[in-house]
Amino acid sequence: MSLSAARRPDSPAPPGRLRRFFTWLHPRRGLQLRLLLAGPIGWLGVVYLGALAILLLNAFWTKDSFTGRVEPFSWTLDAFESLVTVEVYRTIAVRTVVMAFLVTLTDALIAFPIAYYMARIASARTRGILVIAVLMPLWAAYLAKVYAWRTIIQGKGILEWALAQFGIAGPGLDEIANTWLVLSYLWLPYMILPIYASLERIPGSLLEASADLGGRAGATFRRVILPLVFPGVVAGSIFTFSLTLGDYITPDLVSDTKFIGNVIYDNSSLGSLPLAAAYSLLPVAIMIVYLFVARRLGAFESL
Amino acid sequence: MKRQGILGMLAAVALVAAACGTGASPKPSLDMPSAIGEAEDELNLIIWAGYAERGEIDPAYDWVTPFETETGCKVNTTEMGSSAEGVQLMESGQYDGGSFSGNATDRLMASGTVDPVNVALLSNYANVFEGLKNKAHNSKDGVAYGVPHGRGPNLLVWNTEVVTTAPTSWDPIWEDGSMYSGKISIYGYSDFIADAALHLMQTDTDLGITNPYQLNEAQFDAAVALLEQQRDNGAVYWASYSDQVGGFAAGDLVVGTTWQFQVNLLQAEGEPIEAVLPDEGSTGWSDTWMIHKEAAHPNCMYLWMNHMMSAEANGMATVWFGEAPTSQQACDFAETLSPGHCELTHATDEAYYSKIWYWATPRADCGDTDANTTCKDQDAWTEAWTSLTGS
Repeated sequence: MSLSAARRPDSPAPPGRLRRFFTWLHPRRGLQLRLLLAGPIGWLGVVYLGALAILLLNAFWTKDSFTGRVEPFSWTLDAFESLVTVEVYRTIAVRTVVMAFLVTLTDALIAFPIAYYMARIASARTRGILVIAVLMPLWAAYLAKVYAWRTIIQGKGILEWALAQFGIAGPGLDEIANTWLVLSYLWLPYMILPIYASLERIPGSLLEASADLGGRAGATFRRVILPLVFPGVVAGSIFTFSLTLGDYITPDLVSDTKFIGNVIYDNSSLGSLPLAAAYSLLPVAIMIVYLFVARRLGAFESL
Repeated sequence: MKRQGILGMLAAVALVAAACGTGASPKPSLDMPSAIGEAEDELNLIIWAGYAERGEIDPAYDWVTPFETETGCKVNTTEMGSSAEGVQLMESGQYDGGSFSGNATDRLMASGTVDPVNVALLSNYANVFEGLKNKAHNSKDGVAYGVPHGRGPNLLVWNTEVVTTAPTSWDPIWEDGSMYSGKISIYGYSDFIADAALHLMQTDTDLGITNPYQLNEAQFDAAVALLEQQRDNGAVYWASYSDQVGGFAAGDLVVGTTWQFQVNLLQAEGEPIEAVLPDEGSTGWSDTWMIHKEAAHPNCMYLWMNHMMSAEANGMATVWFGEAPTSQQACDFAETLSPGHCELTHATDEAYYSKIWYWATPRADCGDTDANTTCKDQDAWTEAWTSLTGS
């Protein structure tokens, strides 16, 4: 507000001191920018990075095993020692990463044909309808979607009924595959949209050129389309991968299997905050590596 | 230079956070109020599911609205799924108090999170059964740290269409578990290790378990091995009562451990569900309303504690949850809602409750003064539970 006031010479004159300040500020473009950004960056620093810093510190503090209280500044590596020595934490970490890969792969395989049809084949009208259809699930609440799946999967549900027609028993609510199914469903739009965007950006002339040079459909796809779309797939995978890595509600509601998020949740609300903090650094580290690789693959340009 | 700026900011944030964190020292104070002052406008409680009803499920069971009308304290509740979660919530300092089981009360008293209660200010306290007063789980050095809410055992539940002969022992969830593979419903928190230990007290006397909550290494390992067998038989762990109710209603679960509360809900829906306290006894709870030492609404909390000992509120609440009322007056009122309630829940039967092992926190010193014995502490229990359910 103050900046816009300074820019408009015909605005009513502010009181003397303020006026002098704005006159002084007017030519100092750099300072103006810093003042403008001080708020949001301060917020990011204090609220976001500050919270992360406290989380990080908790991982190095001791906890009274009887009362459950964390003693600040009582340095120890106990939490990390548990993570390394107790096998289950490794099992769960591997399981979570494998699940994140599986969900990402599934989404990429499903999303590509849909996005391709939307971007290059469908008429403008169909495309509009499809874009809405892809976006629509994002308007519904996360929990509503997971519970919808829960009712589909659980006993006496529609899936059990449908499978019974072929003489197959329903999965019930304790199958790890449920998590894969529901997470793949939940994150699918996040994969379709970046792929769709990169497909749409490919100029038609490139495909014509490929055909002119004797490229058949397969060769054009492999050597023209795929390399151009790949950064979009990687961009989409950032969402599917990181969202799966951190999700704990879906595994809890549709299966009986523990993932990294479940252990962090269990320990932060029930047991040991230091252990939860130490364990939560693992997905952070994985994502830092993932984002670094994704940037190398050009994913950030196609977001 | 930029980097130093960010680091400096982080350090400052950490210092501020640390200063806030160390402010609370666990020193018990015996500063009890000498009178209940004017009621505040609000009351924030941590409760077990079903401990504060507004008649939303059954209009006949409403003991919150009358309290709000009478005192002007608007009641806000947060449910805990387990005692450890209750402790964590209480430590946040955002609540005035709550209804805690023994494995939360011992920790809250030890950490100085809760204040002693001046029971002389609570007119209904005199009526409470003497057998519930000044117990290890609700007092320290002879001073009351809360008021009783109700008590009961963890029960064996089954679907009568699948399990046609009514069981009288815990065998369906242990030895016979393979008969109900994938349909065994088990309380999903580390506290359940005590149930395995309780079973071993009967079936493997060589282990010498005398208290299912204080286990040495050999006893603990045996309990975990039993639980692993149960898991491999297809145990499904429930984290909230609604998980379990949904599972039994859908037929995904046929046998398990439960509270009377879920049984009441399922039977009210007409589901073919029965529950029993098996002959071997069980784990259970004796719950206590406690007040946070920095409660923002202490007067409302005192009024609430008194209210929850009144004949009407305690009678309704204990019938609703299916646990034993805490006074003869509450018993009499409960009988008007559910005839035979007090006999069914053995409200005055101390011999019956001697078979119940109330939830307690596992401690490294075994909770005794014998320096030669060491036991697995709460962290070891939590970790074993993660290993059990996570691999």
